[in-house]
Amino acid sequence: MNTLTRETRETDRGQAEQFITPAASVTEIADGYTLEIEMPGVKKDGLEIFVENNELTIIGRRSLPAVEGTLIHRESVPENFRRMFEFDPSIDADKISAKIDQGLVTLTLLKAEHVKPRKITVS
Amino acid sequence: MNLIRYQAPDSTPWLALDRWSSLRDELNSFFDMPFWSSFGRTGQLFTGWSPALDLYESGDHFVAVVELPGMRKQAIDISLHDGMLTISGERKRESNNGETALRTERYVGAFRRSITLPTRVDPSKVSATYRDGILKVTLPKAEEAKPKQIQVS
Repeated sequence: MNTLTRETRETDRGQAEQFITPAASVTEIADGYTLEIEMPGVKKDGLEIFVENNELTIIGRRSLPAVEGTLIHRESVPENFRRMFEFDPSIDADKISAKIDQGLVTLTLLKAEHVKPRKITVS
Repeated sequence: MNLIRYQAPDSTPWLALDRWSSLRDELNSFFDMPFWSSFGRTGQLFTGWSPALDLYESGDHFVAVVELPGMRKQAIDISLHDGMLTISGERKRESNNGETALRTERYVGAFRRSITLPTRVDPSKVSATYRDGILKVTLPKAEEAKPKQIQVS
């Protein structure tokens, strides 16, 4: 699978939103692929996943816990996440499923039926 | 027999020699530095998984926030020793049942982050939550370390 990442994008709100690219792992399984994308601080309602042509976009908007106090040491980047993938046409876009658990988004992409090897019987 | 070609005096050999000598100086200084000094953060000997840690301070407690997506909370270990908070854990590689990894950007294995707290904390009152992949450790300051008002009589 190829990855495409673009830094900014015009959203419907008319302002360019800044995103950072989360780490992702791709695994090939029997009938397709599994994508695991790390999005800490993202809840289920902060996820936006959509497919356009052969391009899959996953956006995770963080809802970070409010912490009382002054920040004295920062290493994290409090931006939202976005990752885009171009997948091969053998994937059935209707069969993409996603779940999120402890900030880890797992997407399962399955290949379309007609792509699987099929035996043709001779009459 | 001389292997070095004779340089005619009107060419400029000094410029070339100058570049070589500065390269050697650079190499020397590279070996003089301790190997881990350029790796920043925790001074580990190798860069592995180093999750981001933020530290907040308020009048009566500290809060440490660590980004740890996709962990089980039993696999996270939090310890406090001599004013240093250490958060460690391990993410085990899931067994491969006929799967092929095509691209792995996620770290697998053990991590360890330590941070020295500027003020003493009360170890018996430390609490932590792990939600949405974010670990939040709340450390109340020890009584004598809290800011106090002193009345002038």
